[in-house]
Amino acid sequence: MLQLNHVAKLFNPATPDEKIALFDIQLHMKPGDFVTVIGSNGAGKSTLMNIISGVMKPDTGNVRIDNEDVSHLPEYRRSQWIGRVFQDPMAGTAPRMTIEENLAMAYARGKQRGLSLGVKASKRILFREHLSRLGIGLEQRLHAKVGMLSGGERQALSLLMATFTNPQILLLDEHTAALDPARAELITRLTESIVREMNLTTLMVTHNMEQAIRLGNRLIMMDGGRIILDIDEERKKDLTVERLLGEFEQISGHKLSDDRLVLG
Amino acid sequence: MSDSSWIWGSVESGLLYAFMALGVYITFRILDFPDLTVDGSFTTGAAITGVMITNGYSPIMATFAGFAGGLVAGACTGLLHTKGKINGLMSGILMMIALYSINLRILGKPNVSIYGMDSIFTSVKPLIIVPIIAIIVLGLLNRFLYSDLGLALRATGDNERMIRSFGANTDFTKIVGISLSNGLVALSGALIAQQSSFAAIDGGVGMIVIGLASVIIGEAVFGARNVIHHTISVVLGSIIYRIVVALALRVEWLEASDMKLITAIIVIIALVLPSTRRVYKQKKMAKKRSAEILHVGQKKTMGGEV
Repeated sequence: MLQLNHVAKLFNPATPDEKIALFDIQLHMKPGDFVTVIGSNGAGKSTLMNIISGVMKPDTGNVRIDNEDVSHLPEYRRSQWIGRVFQDPMAGTAPRMTIEENLAMAYARGKQRGLSLGVKASKRILFREHLSRLGIGLEQRLHAKVGMLSGGERQALSLLMATFTNPQILLLDEHTAALDPARAELITRLTESIVREMNLTTLMVTHNMEQAIRLGNRLIMMDGGRIILDIDEERKKDLTVERLLGEFEQISGHKLSDDRLVLG
Repeated sequence: MSDSSWIWGSVESGLLYAFMALGVYITFRILDFPDLTVDGSFTTGAAITGVMITNGYSPIMATFAGFAGGLVAGACTGLLHTKGKINGLMSGILMMIALYSINLRILGKPNVSIYGMDSIFTSVKPLIIVPIIAIIVLGLLNRFLYSDLGLALRATGDNERMIRSFGANTDFTKIVGISLSNGLVALSGALIAQQSSFAAIDGGVGMIVIGLASVIIGEAVFGARNVIHHTISVVLGSIIYRIVVALALRVEWLEASDMKLITAIIVIIALVLPSTRRVYKQKKMAKKRSAEILHVGQKKTMGGEV
């Protein structure tokens, strides 16, 4: 479904600040795979997301979706296959527009945007139905400006918007990191049920070790722009936080350092 | 001037300039793009219409051509900014300067008079036909801003990263927005030229500030709950601006040439007042809330709610 072949990315090439963001990344995901990604600060997790979604182009290597080479396509063209939720709750929605307008924009993903009305009665029924499944009462507030919602509500809406046109690939970029524990738990639960229900191929970056182990069927660990550990479903079953930390130290030769790291 | 005729005069020119204000609203408020093309494209609209009317074209066609001229000018600014990656302010300034020469080419001389020639106001008075045009333009503009493309355009100014992740080409939406904005500005120029019976090369000087003043006054007086409300407020703001200017000019020691200074002062007041008021309000609210929370805390001797 998703393939990265020999992808490399340099920041500030040929300057004193040169940094290897990604180095020869090789990642193949099967349809329905739910891969969690952990790694230290600057390991290349966000760069990986940006390369897949097309925000950045790889210096070498290619990105394939459904066996089609999409390396040359800009972000807005790739979005027909990719849904994305960002870490910042403000990033995934338009604050000065209403809930239904935001949903209408998500609904238009992958379609030609023309002059027909964005929000129609028929769509409104659909929006209400999807919103009510979030279980936080947003279906009563279709006309509310999204800027008036709390961080958790906005992130739940972002998640719905990223998934409800059934994308081939879902990218979650530490999407619960900016929320308080209760709201993070709600979003995690919603994520789990949506991904399972729609059988989405998902790549989730997280700083929560326990979450990385509990969710998904595969876990990869990144360090210094490389994938240093790739744990499949079988081995993931009896993985613990301690064992994971131990393996990381053994392979990378240093302690896992992430100032926001949550052990679970 | 009779007792109340100046008011009707203000309403009339307020409505004529309202299209320009709506154009400024699209760039400044919706796209969050400070577009200075306006000073040039206003004259472009006036010039094209004026010259076409002197050459015997129908006033309606001449007006549409003026509008189209603005669309093209705006699209150029949009292209400079998005494809040329030139800073937004700079692309507008470049286009404004370029348009000065282009406008002179169109006019052929600094002033073109269409006095006594057919205009769209020949058979119907401006005060009757302009409100009709305003309602049509408001209707079409709002219909557009609530369409799929319109939503993408609004989101481009609100959260560009988000709408790109949903597949909108934000370069395209910006070009569409800036183009439409300058089309409306040029339409205003085309109508003003016909109302005043001439098109002059310096007709557009300071338009951007006048447009901004109208937008800000409209928002301050009438509010901006949603897009429809906002656009109507802008039109009304344009009328109020003209009334304020007319009132100011009735003050004895002020001269007509002071108008631009008055405009600048109005905009400065309108820009400074809300932000200082906001800071003051926030401070007051913070004090009040802290006192409240402190009070509750002392009573229950516990912190925060669950």
